[in-house]
Amino acid sequence: MLAFILRRLLQAVIVMLTVAFIAFMLFQYVGDPVTSLLGQDATQEQRDKLRQDLGLDEAFPVQFARFVGNAVQGEFGLSLRQGRKVSSLIAERFPATLELALAAAVIALAAGVPLGVYAALRRGRFGSQLVMTLSLLGVSLPTFLIGILLILIFAVTLKWLPSFGRGDTVALGAWTTGLLTFDGWKHLVLPAITLSVFQLALILRLVRAEMLEVLRTDYVKFARARGLQDSAVYFGHALKNTLVPVITITGLQLGSLIAFAIITETVFQWPGMGFLFIQAVQFADIPVMAAYLCLIALIFVVVNLVVDLLYFAVDPRLRLESPAGGH
Amino acid sequence: MTAPAAPAAPGALARFLDGDVWHSFRNSPMAIVAAVIALLCVFCSVFAPWVSPHNPFDLATLNLSDARLPPAWMDEGNRRYLLGTDDQGRDILSALFYGARISLLVGLASVILSMIVGVGLGLLSGFAGGKIDAFIMRVCDVMLSFPSILIALLIDGVGRAMFPNAHDTLAFGVLIIAISLGGWVQYARTVRGSTLVERHKEYVQAARVIGVSPYRIMVRHVLPNVMGPVLVLATIQVAAAILTEATLSFLGVGVPPTSPSLGTLIRVGNDFLFSGEWWITIFPGFMLVLIALSVNLLGDWLRDALNPRLR
Repeated sequence: MLAFILRRLLQAVIVMLTVAFIAFMLFQYVGDPVTSLLGQDATQEQRDKLRQDLGLDEAFPVQFARFVGNAVQGEFGLSLRQGRKVSSLIAERFPATLELALAAAVIALAAGVPLGVYAALRRGRFGSQLVMTLSLLGVSLPTFLIGILLILIFAVTLKWLPSFGRGDTVALGAWTTGLLTFDGWKHLVLPAITLSVFQLALILRLVRAEMLEVLRTDYVKFARARGLQDSAVYFGHALKNTLVPVITITGLQLGSLIAFAIITETVFQWPGMGFLFIQAVQFADIPVMAAYLCLIALIFVVVNLVVDLLYFAVDPRLRLESPAGGH
Repeated sequence: MTAPAAPAAPGALARFLDGDVWHSFRNSPMAIVAAVIALLCVFCSVFAPWVSPHNPFDLATLNLSDARLPPAWMDEGNRRYLLGTDDQGRDILSALFYGARISLLVGLASVILSMIVGVGLGLLSGFAGGKIDAFIMRVCDVMLSFPSILIALLIDGVGRAMFPNAHDTLAFGVLIIAISLGGWVQYARTVRGSTLVERHKEYVQAARVIGVSPYRIMVRHVLPNVMGPVLVLATIQVAAAILTEATLSFLGVGVPPTSPSLGTLIRVGNDFLFSGEWWITIFPGFMLVLIALSVNLLGDWLRDALNPRLR
């Protein structure tokens, strides 16, 4: 167990160092920081002076070590486009993205699990086929098209819901939340549904497949033979055993929810990190891109690590295998 | 391309028509419908200059008084423009064909590129083993833990930063590389898996015994035997690449605006959604979904048809 955790931690550190190295290379070789700070017509002395002040004349490993040191403290310098500190830019935008991603995850789980169970229990009936066809559509439709369709239906035609921005927000210290105002909730509906569609379809198909698998096993047959009611068999025995992979996938998808929020945020002009990142890509704003890259990598690595550990704790079979066999 | 050349014997076509794949194709209505739709889309985009009723890039024929016309079947519609016009009076149907052309071009090019890289690295990984194998597979693990759209966005952003005043051709190159760098991992893992199985088979050992060079064994003997799953993957990846390209173009970081793809058309049309001109964005979106769905269905069918366990 301890060896397993240590191995996973070591892997996580290696991944983070790799990502940090890529971010560092971006700073080093893409665009000249001296030119971007001083402008084209600075004299050679000014350039050398700044080069020294920034530590750009030092050895490569020293510079990389300093970069990692700063990154650990959340320090990525100034945004080239907005001239503000990248760390404060991201801190401002982070709550919007997190609220959006969590709302989408809740929708995906709350609708995906029951629909998946329904599709498995009523296999071959019309309702279940309808659900499966819709889920196929949900997997193949690109996120931005879903957003556009929802805007066309609910914002333009029916005029029920707003289609851009976060609405009224309340500041709780450094954290701004849209969850405490009615207006904020109204603005959250369409983006959250858009972001959740793909995950919902994924969870639905996964739960259905797992349920069908579990319903064939001996212990379910035996539970039926004991005369338990259908609902007790389905929900007490079968569903419980399908939830382990569902939890894993949902956990792993939380990272990609935050990444896919880039598209949703652009469609709905949601003032989150993804929107910030897209603007950074458009204007080649390297510090913002590098900081976003490191942050996303950190989220992915932490989520992966937590899911692995949870899996290990939940599934006793894994504990019997040698650590080398575990994944 | 790395695909082995099909034997040019006169019986090749006859053998194909007699074979399992064709048989399974004729018995799958879904596959036939998907193939017809996909072929139609490919035909319209390849021959866009000849099939389109108008040339959307010929400024001389554009007439601003024709701008924002709804589709022909609506009240203010004009029979000359079947699917209506956009804000500059361009025919939507023609813009669709030209846009699909660019989408397909970028999609196919990036799939071919990622296939070459992925198959090459996968073969090397499975055949060489040891440290090379371990290194390539770790890189795959890291790549797989990030969504491919994120990787594509990042490469695209770096490309923009390195060549700020890039020429259009270069922009296309950066875009294709950006999309394929997210896709090669799948090929590498698939090919590595099959290579590990193949390399222990007798024909490989026989070739080794008679002194064939490892490079020649890899390319001439192992490669043709691992291409089946690769073709299935490539089909599905074409759809994925087209969607990725559309997403990037929609986000404004894809193809240059002078040559609009389907994603660009959707992005432009999005601005007119609120003034009621839904056709400017919905038709390109519909075309995109049609292409992606039909290619995906074909890929699903091909996977089942080539899987001997399902026969």
